[in-house]
Amino acid sequence: MKLNILLPILCLTSAVLAAPQSFDFKDPKGVNNAVFKLDAPLEAITGSASGISGTVTFDPENPGATKGKIIVATASLMTPNAMQKGHMHSANWLDVAKFPEITFEAKEVKNAKTEGDVTTANVAGTFTLKGVSKELTVPVRMTYLKDKLSARVPNMKGDLLVIRANFVIKRADFNLMPGQMEEKVSNTIELTLSIAGASPK
Amino acid sequence: MRALLRVLALTVLAAGLLFWLAAGANRGWTKTSVPVRKLDEVTGIEGIEYRKRFVPGLDFLGVVVLGAGALAGASFLCGNKRQRTESKP
Repeated sequence: MKLNILLPILCLTSAVLAAPQSFDFKDPKGVNNAVFKLDAPLEAITGSASGISGTVTFDPENPGATKGKIIVATASLMTPNAMQKGHMHSANWLDVAKFPEITFEAKEVKNAKTEGDVTTANVAGTFTLKGVSKELTVPVRMTYLKDKLSARVPNMKGDLLVIRANFVIKRADFNLMPGQMEEKVSNTIELTLSIAGASPK
Repeated sequence: MRALLRVLALTVLAAGLLFWLAAGANRGWTKTSVPVRKLDEVTGIEGIEYRKRFVPGLDFLGVVVLGAGALAGASFLCGNKRQRTESKP
């Protein structure tokens, strides 16, 4: 009799615990960032973007099923040189007014390997920049920090998911002055993503 | 006038060079803000904040050299009164 009651409760509890969690990447602490680097003759052009949002569905029991979308506000891209920033935001380059978002939508996780709280995988998805979408496979490192949300945001209980990724794109592929000024700004753009998402309970 | 322009050219060059050196002798482009990194200890992510600060670079030094050169060049266009008077028969 007791087993008849306990068994469904146990099954339900484990199902709830194993359910995929939704992580919100709009960071209240503002540390989430995407760094970009382009080679140039005098000095590499390096900058970062802080306007990051999006959601990722992550199941600690099945990281291979991870899906989601990360959005970077194009206007949040900064460089230490005001003139460079102006050029970068202009219609010739990113055209911030017309294309306010850069996005990556994860569709499939390949070769997921989990060790402790850390999962490394290749995430295939659609990267959209300046209105051009390309399929990319990005090596990603996901760190699941269980019950660590309160350590970051007081009075909030929940989990954190830290995602790190390094990958390279070609600016010509995304209509960023293709074939032009390559002697001044390299065609290759190195991107580094370091973001943390929260899943409150 | 000629001497004044040359002194001014030297002053501009020296002041520009000293300012560039004092600001860290940045051999890249001039910066109007600098990134400051802050570590989030829970996630291990280094957040990046930009603080307004003028850091002169090689382009600044180039403008200084051009300015000083223009002043020195202008000094040659100014007539030397004594020479002109002496050269008259």
